[in-house]
Amino acid sequence: MAKVFIYPVNSLILADLVERFGHKPLAVMNQVREKVTNISLDSPPVNITPEDPKVGLRYAAVEVPAGVRGRMSLIGPLIEDAEAAIIVEAPPVNFGCVGCNRTNELMRYLVRSKDIPILELRYPDSEENAPEFVYKIKAFLESLPREEEK
Amino acid sequence: MSEEAGIVKIALVSCGSEYSGVQPEFEAAATEVNAKFVYPEIDVAGLDNIGREFGLEVASGDLRLMMARAKAVVEGTTHVDGVFITTCFRCAEGAIVRNEVRRYIHKHSNIPVISYSFTERTTAGTLLTRLEALTTVARRRHLLAREAQTGLTAGIDSGSTTTKAVVMRDNEIIGSGWVPTTKVLESAEEAYSLALKEAGVPREEIQALGTTGYGRFLIGKHFNAQLIQEEITVNSKGAVYLADCQTGPATVIDIGGMDNKAISVDDGIPGMFTMGGICAGASGRFFEMISKRLGVDITELGALAVKGVQENVTMNSYCIVFGIQSLVNSLAKGAIPEDVAAAACYSVVEQIFEQQLQEVDVKEPLILVGGSSLIEGVPKALGDLLKIDVLVPKNSHLIGAVGAALLASGYVEE
Repeated sequence: MAKVFIYPVNSLILADLVERFGHKPLAVMNQVREKVTNISLDSPPVNITPEDPKVGLRYAAVEVPAGVRGRMSLIGPLIEDAEAAIIVEAPPVNFGCVGCNRTNELMRYLVRSKDIPILELRYPDSEENAPEFVYKIKAFLESLPREEEK
Repeated sequence: MSEEAGIVKIALVSCGSEYSGVQPEFEAAATEVNAKFVYPEIDVAGLDNIGREFGLEVASGDLRLMMARAKAVVEGTTHVDGVFITTCFRCAEGAIVRNEVRRYIHKHSNIPVISYSFTERTTAGTLLTRLEALTTVARRRHLLAREAQTGLTAGIDSGSTTTKAVVMRDNEIIGSGWVPTTKVLESAEEAYSLALKEAGVPREEIQALGTTGYGRFLIGKHFNAQLIQEEITVNSKGAVYLADCQTGPATVIDIGGMDNKAISVDDGIPGMFTMGGICAGASGRFFEMISKRLGVDITELGALAVKGVQENVTMNSYCIVFGIQSLVNSLAKGAIPEDVAAAACYSVVEQIFEQQLQEVDVKEPLILVGGSSLIEGVPKALGDLLKIDVLVPKNSHLIGAVGAALLASGYVEE
């Protein structure tokens, strides 16, 4: 079983696919499970304190907006943990979105900087292309080492 | 207004303030002014195209959410009494959307709007005055419609640097007091006593009292004031009253001892407003320090400035420390005090222009108030920069106290 970072990091569909193929999705939902509310796109945590953006300084400098650093305080540790990653480019908002594109750019950069297997693919632009999208993810997940192989 | 008794519903239109650790501070400030944040309902599927619809295509989902929520407010899908638009400080994409969403709501509705850029260090205290002003416009529009002072009333403005008091009778100022703020209550007592003495009326005869400024809660409680009100609504009311511009649009700039306000006013009611600045370099405090270094009284600084040429001295008052450094350097290079004084005035108004006037629509007449408006170089520099005539009404330094006395007269009839 590999720990697979998913992008968008709150995509339920990607998290479900990773789980179905026997791996552990590294999704932000796990980070915010304790306390959530529905005021933004991705059910953000309400228990983020001013200390969290300071934790985010590990990933982005102080001149980077507090919202990016606050998000990175949750997402950064997931990237550090990742053994593989799936990046879906240009998805619609309801596929998953953390709301801030600067955070998205930083997340993708940090993932690409790691020496791990990464699948990058575009979100399908039509229903006909959807099966191909799922097959590619399936093949990638099947290529990752399972528990016994590790 | 909201059906829930007295509670003002404010739409929070933000780029994800909950991720910055400031959401509890926002909530605390709202609770303090008996308001609550609501989040306008939107169709998530519509977010992919809202940018094209709005005319501003941005990459961040939460910024598109801001546009969708603004649209829901304007179209009345969600009924609110005011809108608080906020994005992260230092985010260019956020700043563009914040400004355009603010303009969009202002253009398409009469709902009062404030905008603010936050850091993780933003506190409830910082937001309190802004939210208090927003809720006042929503809650007490009838009070703000008052155009003439009636009866015998008084107003006290407990500012960060000076405390001002006035006594008014039948639409005339009959007594005033202006003292430096040291101990908040003692200074208020002194200014009020001076005003009463000049008016020749005993304190018991005052029919209603209004307080404003930083110390408004403390002195309001002490003097048993009928009206305790933040300075944005009070000062805009006082400004249009003193300048005799109570109908139609106006812009009020108040350069205070510690911060500045730029307020877009329509029929005496504040619409958009900003409170700055980031550093005291753009406030009255900077003029105090400049005067001290030049060895002149602050009342002489203005006359000195109008004789000088600001272009001869480079001054950066973005930060008060750098501003003083510029001052020391220029004097060391042989600059004359007149030029330094002129540069100081220009530096302050330039900062107000760059940081605050971008967030309100400047409409004439432009009324300059606050103690710094008495420094002649300041209205001159502002007029030169904006290429418009700047109006400094008589008693412009008493603006808060006059506004408080005027609004307090609403309680005489009640």
